[in-house]
Amino acid sequence: MTTLIHGGIVERPAMRRWGTRLAHFGITGWLGLAVIAFWAAAAAFGPALLSQSGDAGGADVFAPISAAHWFGTDYLGRDMLARVIEGARYTVGVAFFATLLASGSGTLLALLAAASERWIDGTLSRVLDTLTAIPSKMFALLIVAGFGSSIPVLVVTAAVIYLPGSYRMARALAVNINALDYVTVARARGEGTGYVMLQEILPNITGPMLADFGLRFVYVVLLLASLSFLGLGIQPPEADWGSLVRENIETLASGGAAVIAPSIAIASLTIAVNLVIDNLPGRVARERGGR
Amino acid sequence: MGATVVVDKLSVSAGNATLVDALSLTIRPGEVLALIGESGSGKTTTALALMGHARRGCRISGGSVRIGDVNVLSLGARQLRALRGRAVSYIAQSAAASFDPSRPILDQVVEPAVVHGTLPRGEAELKAIALFRELALPDPETIGQRYPHQVSGGQLQRLMAAMALITDPEVVILDEPTTALDVTTQVEVLRAFRRVVRERQVTAVYVSHDLAVVAQMADHILVLRDGRMREVGTTERLLAAPQNEYTQSLLAAARPAPRSAGTAAAGAEVLLRLQGLSAGYGPRGRDGKPAVTILEDINLELKRGQAIGVIGESGSGKTTLARVVAGLLPPSTGSMQFDGRVLPPELKARSRDDLRRIQIVFQSADTALNPSQTIERILARPLQFYRGLKGEALRRRIDELLDLVKLPRALADRLPGGLSGGQKQRVNLARALAADPDLILCDEVTSALDTVVGAAVLDLIAELRRELGVSYLFISHDLHTVRAVCDEIVVMRHGKKLAQVARADYERGPHHPYYEELARAVPELRRGWLDELDRARPALVA
Repeated sequence: MTTLIHGGIVERPAMRRWGTRLAHFGITGWLGLAVIAFWAAAAAFGPALLSQSGDAGGADVFAPISAAHWFGTDYLGRDMLARVIEGARYTVGVAFFATLLASGSGTLLALLAAASERWIDGTLSRVLDTLTAIPSKMFALLIVAGFGSSIPVLVVTAAVIYLPGSYRMARALAVNINALDYVTVARARGEGTGYVMLQEILPNITGPMLADFGLRFVYVVLLLASLSFLGLGIQPPEADWGSLVRENIETLASGGAAVIAPSIAIASLTIAVNLVIDNLPGRVARERGGR
Repeated sequence: MGATVVVDKLSVSAGNATLVDALSLTIRPGEVLALIGESGSGKTTTALALMGHARRGCRISGGSVRIGDVNVLSLGARQLRALRGRAVSYIAQSAAASFDPSRPILDQVVEPAVVHGTLPRGEAELKAIALFRELALPDPETIGQRYPHQVSGGQLQRLMAAMALITDPEVVILDEPTTALDVTTQVEVLRAFRRVVRERQVTAVYVSHDLAVVAQMADHILVLRDGRMREVGTTERLLAAPQNEYTQSLLAAARPAPRSAGTAAAGAEVLLRLQGLSAGYGPRGRDGKPAVTILEDINLELKRGQAIGVIGESGSGKTTLARVVAGLLPPSTGSMQFDGRVLPPELKARSRDDLRRIQIVFQSADTALNPSQTIERILARPLQFYRGLKGEALRRRIDELLDLVKLPRALADRLPGGLSGGQKQRVNLARALAADPDLILCDEVTSALDTVVGAAVLDLIAELRRELGVSYLFISHDLHTVRAVCDEIVVMRHGKKLAQVARADYERGPHHPYYEELARAVPELRRGWLDELDRARPALVA
């Protein structure tokens, strides 16, 4: 059935719509995109462009901002700019994939729950509710204690922790859509559960789910940062932004650049993601009252 | 006693669009003026502007509104608050949405009087009870202690009128107050409204799209279209000799004439036969009956090419009947035969061909079309699904379907959000036609449309039947709509089929008393119809 949908008449308007979506971006949306693009580029190419590695120490400890060290130096005299740019890879990469996994599988399970029989819905909901009942930091600590701290473990742990929330959100949206007449028409036509899930319901919940994605991304970044802060996240000498804050916490009292730079990096990324999502035109149109 | 309302060159705009364009009108004290027009004509916007209010995104851009000696548009926010609910009150279309579900009704009814300090609470309650009596509400002493969900829609509408009248306003604005009600309920509410409006001599503005209702209520009628006044005159003059072209088309559409069925009508072959059909919701008990029974023992025969209308009030089970036939709700007892073969009760058990041959079209085109799919894709899906069309053949068929429902081909690329209500309903029909069905189940397909647009959709339905020979099960609460397109009418109440009347016998009675009651309750397009009804049946309690 899916092969039929791709008969050539569907992609065209969809592509065009994405084009117009970007064209309707406000200034704040573009600003957000620019910041995300900057950090993504930093994660991908940054380390190669740096003149000095983040591992090289030797300068003054907690040096202030200077021409040689734009963000100052850390507690071992390493260049903070290099540290932050090298850390981008972990924060942006790990958080992004963990959120993608959480939101994606949460949404899919929610669609399945909404579109199929009641017992599937009941089973899924109860199982995921149980997961929600476990405190998230405790759960993360347990997993890390059990399996050790590695990037795949961190990604999966964060995804499992945030999956139930995104499932609940998507299910609430999907159940409403599922009760609408066009879904009933599709069922009366004889469409299968897969078609109803992916073609009828999914496109109508993507807007709110993207907003949810942004929010959850922020949570995941914060979770990873706090794990790192506890020393259970990314292991030294590598460091994500959260660990950078922890490493240099001593200088907080004197307002040193070493603790402020990674904090600003975390803030800029999370705000940028939310700016982009707020500017998706589907959402703007909905707020104006149209559907 | 009412006040004079003078509106001079009132303009309301939203961005660059003009919603109301230099509208002037005068209402003398104690008179009722009706604002009539299709949706988007600016009638509600005008009514709200009388209270100095513009909806979000709109702006009153010019002109003046005087109520008595007060220039409404020059008032500040505080003075406006003192005016609203006190000198001018508003009765909205949906009373259910206007009451707070968590507080008893009486609390809410006396609120305007208490807030504006016109009466102490005790007196306000006595006055509310007097108003309940005047509005012919049952148990006037105690009905106020109930919560909004504990009274019917018609009663709630009258309770809202009591709320509006408790401060003895000079002007009352009624915004489509009976549109959401069943016909038999509507008569009761209209009667109550008219009595209080007359006795209290308030000046009233009655906003509606239904000319026949307006004919009973108003002294003058003002016809609006695209924010401009098309015609204004006394009700008698406007109904008897409409001068504006648009008014004439409104009058013509208000009472749909029977559409000829042509030659396709009623062959001998039975297409759909329902025998002893019962259905309901909830878990089944030991006797095999569901917890809540909606349909009971329905027998029906539909011949090929025939159109059968099903009428009844809300809750009569008519929509459930369509859902059972469509396979969405398996019946608890009884059998269905389609084209000589047994039709499986469950959707899953039906063959794809069975599914193709029965299509369902829903009332609200807003929710019946997926807002994220283009029209092209909506129409393409049944063609791909049932017939495996693709490429050029698919595109050609989509164009044919758009031609068939008289929509421009250029609409194919649009999303449903960019279409008008009538256009959406045509797409809705076209999607059903894409399956080449034998039977189309139409559930209130014109109810959400304006009169003129609805009449055009009825024309289309009749024409499709003539040309394609499809059969219809046509569900509606509006007797005139059903009469216009159907060969036979089935009357339903409380889930039972009460009567079946053939087209030839429409005018010949006597029929089942409930059919007669329904027929009588439909407002007629002339003045004095409600008065005659009152004389014929003076003591009527809801």
